[in-house]
Amino acid sequence: MAQRKPFRWHIVVFLAPAVLVYTAIMIVPLIGTLNLSLFSLTEAGERVFVGLQNFATLFGDPRWSESFWNALINNAWFFLIHMLVQNPIGVMLAALLSSPRLRMAAFYRTAIFIPTILSFVIVGFVWKLILSPIWGIAPGMLDAVGLKSLFAPWLGKEEYALTTLALISVWQFVGIPMMLIYAAMLSIPDEVIEAAEMDGVTGWSQFWKIKLPLILPSIGIISILTFVGNFNAFDLVYVSQGALAGPNYATDILGTFLYRTFFGFQLQLGDPHMGAAIATAMFAIILVGVSIYLFAIQTRLRRYQF
Amino acid sequence: MGPYGPDHRESNMTKNLRLALLASTVLAGTASAQDVTLTVESWRNDDLTIWQDTIIPAFEEANPGIKVQFTPSAPAEYNAVLNSKLEAGSAGDLITCRPFDASLELFSQGQLADLTDLDAMSNFSDVAKSAWQTDDGSATFCVPMASVIHGFMYNKSIFDELGLEVPTTNEEFYAVLDAIKEDGTYIPMAMGTADQWEAATMGYQNIGPTYWKGEEGRRALIEGTQKLTDEAWVEPFRQIARWSDYLGDGFEAQTYPDSQNLFTLGRAAIYPTGSWEIGVFTPQIDGMFEMGAFPPPVQAEGDTCYISDHTDIALGMNAATENPEAARTFLNWVGSPEFATLYANALPGFFSMNSTPVEMEDPVAQKFVSWRENCEPTIRSTYQILSRGTPNLENETWNASANVINGAETPEDAAARLQDGLASWYEPQQQ
Repeated sequence: MAQRKPFRWHIVVFLAPAVLVYTAIMIVPLIGTLNLSLFSLTEAGERVFVGLQNFATLFGDPRWSESFWNALINNAWFFLIHMLVQNPIGVMLAALLSSPRLRMAAFYRTAIFIPTILSFVIVGFVWKLILSPIWGIAPGMLDAVGLKSLFAPWLGKEEYALTTLALISVWQFVGIPMMLIYAAMLSIPDEVIEAAEMDGVTGWSQFWKIKLPLILPSIGIISILTFVGNFNAFDLVYVSQGALAGPNYATDILGTFLYRTFFGFQLQLGDPHMGAAIATAMFAIILVGVSIYLFAIQTRLRRYQF
Repeated sequence: MGPYGPDHRESNMTKNLRLALLASTVLAGTASAQDVTLTVESWRNDDLTIWQDTIIPAFEEANPGIKVQFTPSAPAEYNAVLNSKLEAGSAGDLITCRPFDASLELFSQGQLADLTDLDAMSNFSDVAKSAWQTDDGSATFCVPMASVIHGFMYNKSIFDELGLEVPTTNEEFYAVLDAIKEDGTYIPMAMGTADQWEAATMGYQNIGPTYWKGEEGRRALIEGTQKLTDEAWVEPFRQIARWSDYLGDGFEAQTYPDSQNLFTLGRAAIYPTGSWEIGVFTPQIDGMFEMGAFPPPVQAEGDTCYISDHTDIALGMNAATENPEAARTFLNWVGSPEFATLYANALPGFFSMNSTPVEMEDPVAQKFVSWRENCEPTIRSTYQILSRGTPNLENETWNASANVINGAETPEDAAARLQDGLASWYEPQQQ
């Protein structure tokens, strides 16, 4: 008869710090937020349990739901621009950087990555100045090449403002997909590339048929990071357009909508309970998105072991 | 005042921040052990040097044993920061009060102390105190410090160069703007819609009282006898919609600091504004040109003029302060004529509400305050009671004013939307 194994205390001991810290700074506040969204204040200022009433207001009251859907749709567009612009450019830059014939690769790599480490405040402010119709260099530069007529006060136009902000964000963060893909490309063994060359697969077809399938898992990770980052975004819009996310709420995303509701703005007093309801909705959206990725996409991605 | 308001100047922010950090270390180091130190919470980070060089030394000299520390935060974040600090119990002893509901809310939550029995309160009229009282006027919780007056500033050199007269009626006003536009050298009017609050505060609330007849219309709106869709409330939107012809290129992306700079650099002739700019502009213009001011133009010659003389800033006491005695001493001093003179002259454009008349040296400030003699004063229409619900009338007015100027919404549609929003929660407007 086998002896019963003693309880392996060291597992608990080694996990404890991470579990405690993570619980204290992530799980407890998260549950606190979910909990807060189930309460409301009465006229007399007492906190009462209202069940899902805040959510009913958020989705049922036409004023609230209109703001919410506007923010969600804007957020989806913000994400789409990132997926269509940031990630393909990131892959392309990584492919160029990993080309052995490129000189000064380290310089380009650093230069493209630098905006990522800048603060949102700096990025927002600098771009606001660049694009300013009054002091900005954008009108002057367009004028120099005879394209002044193309200039518009982009950040002030309802139809362009959100796309402009999304592209600014792409400019800032394109370094991240580039770095991740670059690392993935470097880890492709030379033998695989050599074998491909022996079989006559070179150039573009080598990229499409050999490299791209090998970096797909990285692209998946980048997509999900972009998704989470975009649906939690707030700073850039707040810095460049203010909490009212003008013009006419054209740049309002879930983060700014949450901020206005939770903390209040100008004469509007903060409403932590409705704010928590919005935060919970954001959490649900991100959770669903991440789950779809984890269960539907990631499990189907083929991995190659070398 | 707006978060991007008179108090928010990006050029000054970094400097102020550095000063604030420096000041807090220095002050913390020098206060001796037996002294009581009072901390003042404020959004007026532009005034840091004035508090440190003028106001605080004057108080400390007269009241040995009490030290005062002025710790402002960024205007846009002030309300949120203050609320969190109060809830965490780390807020300062003295709290700078926003007018009306933001402060009333703090008072009803027991975070601001009742100051009704403070001696200095007798120095203020009921109108001056109204922004910091309960709805029934039974309790006052902040000592009024200053009000600001809306109007238009203009560049006298440009007016002289083009041979223009200061307009008094609407017709003259547009004639002047047309003349400047015709000439083409200068931008007729410096205003942008990017920050939205400019359009609402410098536009709608500036000229609006002329149409809704100041207090009369404002009270009628609160009582529910007038609606935002009435002619008196729609016409100001039509007027500011007309302004778009006279604004600079790309005004849709022009921010408040942009507008300020266009005016102080002498590139724009007229600037719809408020008196708080005087103190900021005078050193920036630095004698380059002479600045003048005129009140919102009237509809027809001889009409009564109305101005927005907005009760804007007051000082209250944190109910949880450990030094209530010292704090009350400071508040009594803030309510004294001595402080009023000191403050009004250190910050020209912030007008004392003290019953004792204050001598002011700045000519532009004198000009602004002179309108009180023959114009009817009122406060911003959205501030009392009407911005309590959701949707928030003030925020919606920012949005609507910017939309109207950008041409994204007609004045009638904007007014109808505001009225719908207000009526959705405000009972007197539901009949």
